Amino acid sequence: MVITRRGFLKGVGAAGGVLLGGSGAPARAATAQTSAGGVEFSGMLIDTTKCIGCRACEAACNETNKLPKPKVDLFSDSVFSEKRDTTPDAFTVVNRFANPKKSDDPIFVRRQCMHCNQPGCASACLTKALEKTKEGAVIYHGNRCMGCRYCMISCPFDAPKYQYDSPMPYVRKCTFCYDRQKEGKQPACAEACPTGATLFGKKRELLEMARTRIYTEPDKYHHQLYGEHEVGGTGWLYLTAASPEKLDMQNNLGTIPQPELTRGFLYGVPLVFVLWPSILVGLSYMIKDEDSEKGGEAHGE
Amino acid sequence: MANKTDAVAAAADRPATIRQELGTAFRFFLSELKPKGKLLTPFNLITAPIIVVGLVLIVIRFAFGLASVTNLSQAYPWGIWIGFDVVTGVAFAGGAYILTFVVHILKLKKYEPIVRVTVLNGLLAYVFYAGALLLDLGRPWNVVNPIIGNAFGLSSVLFLVAWHFMLYMITEFLEFSPAIAEWLRWKKVARILSGLTTGAVIFGITLSTLHQSGLGAMFLTAASKIHPLWYSHNIPVLFFVSSVFAGLSMVMIEGFFTQKAFKHRIGHELHANHDSITLGLAKGAVGALFAYFFLKLIDFVHYQQWTRMGDGYGAWYLFENIGFVLVPAVLFIQAIRKRSVKLVQFTAFLTALGVCLNRLNISVIAFKVNEPVRYYPSWMEIVVTLAIISMELWVFRWVINRMPVLAEAPDVAAEKAAAADAQVVQWKASSAEPAPSQKAAPANVPAGPV
Repeated sequence: MVITRRGFLKGVGAAGGVLLGGSGAPARAATAQTSAGGVEFSGMLIDTTKCIGCRACEAACNETNKLPKPKVDLFSDSVFSEKRDTTPDAFTVVNRFANPKKSDDPIFVRRQCMHCNQPGCASACLTKALEKTKEGAVIYHGNRCMGCRYCMISCPFDAPKYQYDSPMPYVRKCTFCYDRQKEGKQPACAEACPTGATLFGKKRELLEMARTRIYTEPDKYHHQLYGEHEVGGTGWLYLTAASPEKLDMQNNLGTIPQPELTRGFLYGVPLVFVLWPSILVGLSYMIKDEDSEKGGEAHGE
Repeated sequence: MANKTDAVAAAADRPATIRQELGTAFRFFLSELKPKGKLLTPFNLITAPIIVVGLVLIVIRFAFGLASVTNLSQAYPWGIWIGFDVVTGVAFAGGAYILTFVVHILKLKKYEPIVRVTVLNGLLAYVFYAGALLLDLGRPWNVVNPIIGNAFGLSSVLFLVAWHFMLYMITEFLEFSPAIAEWLRWKKVARILSGLTTGAVIFGITLSTLHQSGLGAMFLTAASKIHPLWYSHNIPVLFFVSSVFAGLSMVMIEGFFTQKAFKHRIGHELHANHDSITLGLAKGAVGALFAYFFLKLIDFVHYQQWTRMGDGYGAWYLFENIGFVLVPAVLFIQAIRKRSVKLVQFTAFLTALGVCLNRLNISVIAFKVNEPVRYYPSWMEIVVTLAIISMELWVFRWVINRMPVLAEAPDVAAEKAAAADAQVVQWKASSAEPAPSQKAAPANVPAGPV
């Protein structure tokens, strides 16, 4: 292919930028796989058909992030008896689902922060405690956080978790091992995965790889790459054997990035700040004039 | 030599007067701190224990974290401390921006007697409900970060709301400050502060427009979590419009109670016009209620909400929007026709209840309806909320019983009467002798150190 999707989008973005007379690049970058600075986003491809439910990712995550040891042993299968969600002390968890195609071959799906291209949490944060890094990871700066939990309201995946039982609580979630990435290492979970079910790479390459897998094995996969378009695209992508909603994944999120939902309102703010005072001052003087003509005492002056 | 001593004396004299004045004011303030009236009233007997228990719970909350007191969970990060105290309480504080608009911009003198009490109500609501927000924050000491911090989350609606809360509290304090100055008998200060009122009012209306709607806009990001019957792109507009009738109905409710509880503090003007004012407010509320109802109809069509009328949430939605929006609008019209203040007041309660219902639906009740474990408030969350309301009422009562809020300060009233007399004299003079100076009348107040 001479024209890649990214190349095409870049072209469209550039054309749009020229037409609008500005640099359209940052706004367009949302749908492309690069950040505003032209740095390619890292990504993760989760191929649930390869996952054997060994939970090595959970163990590696626990160790790397120095999280407290879980109550149930990290290698005990008893955890699969109920659906689990991530917690402030477990940034990723693997759940087991019945396979509609093969009942003796359950599907394992891990969940964690999806590291959205345009994260709702970061745009909701009024102290910039949550940050979308140019490399793609969404990270948290606890020293800025005021604990309002608006990030939790805004995250469509409910990724941020909160330390409710602490008097000095933090928001906790997967960091995409940002520190390891900066050292040139891959995230701990990807390194630990024995089957390649969790695969780290550049998101552009992962997208191509995932599509290729669907094309070459159309019967094996559900024909949807979860995270490609959801809420404007996420850093983590899922290949599944069953439709995502059967695996407890929200499949009705739409393609609009979270920050877009409030953008219209925020654009209106300066308008109100310009229009209201001018109209009100005018109105006030207009009425005051009439008042003084009648000889009454103007109020409030 | 004589000159020099005079100058020294004058220099020593000036700061002394200000200091003396401040000292007198402080002693006056201390004497005013003492309670007036009986202590063992039914109101006190109910609210005092609530406040005590509430304060204990607040201590526990800060010592052991939110989980020790609230039922908040990973799925429900916001409970009634946000959904009721902040999101609903601020709507009820909306009366202040509406009445300051009506009185200070439109200059409708009829509503002047209730402006101060409404602004006081608004100011206290913001102080106490912003206080409630601090209880809910996990790291409240960082609350200054969006104000002074190196990290301005400009893309956050909450950033806007936080700034506006702070600025609006200052604005409302400014709007109310002449009453404080009159209470301390600082005439000059009162006059300077009154001069700032129009500016403060304009700024306050702008801020209110944005943060009343901003409270709604916060929920726009929860598109996948709020039940489709309550989610709409129009939430900001709906919140703004509902703050109009929420604010107005709270003014009517507050009028109902002050007529009973503070009869002795109510001035002649308010006493004489109370019924007419209440009916006037009801007319305003009708307009806003219908505006809201039609906006809801637009959403009903736009989002094809009739397809969702089948289940319990459909019934709940109809209950809210017919029972607490359409019915109050019709009842208000009936009450205005019959000039029935009682029916207006009843309808005001109904309207306020509807606002509570709507705000709680969006923030709590219709929020993540499919979650296996739903949130409901713990008794401790409710007690803390009641304690905050009780504390606010105590401060409200303290201010009403001391400051010129429901009536003009006696000296101010006397001055106004004198000015009016002077004006009448001038008019009579002007008919004989044209072009008199209009400005002369209010200026003849004795000059001198304050």
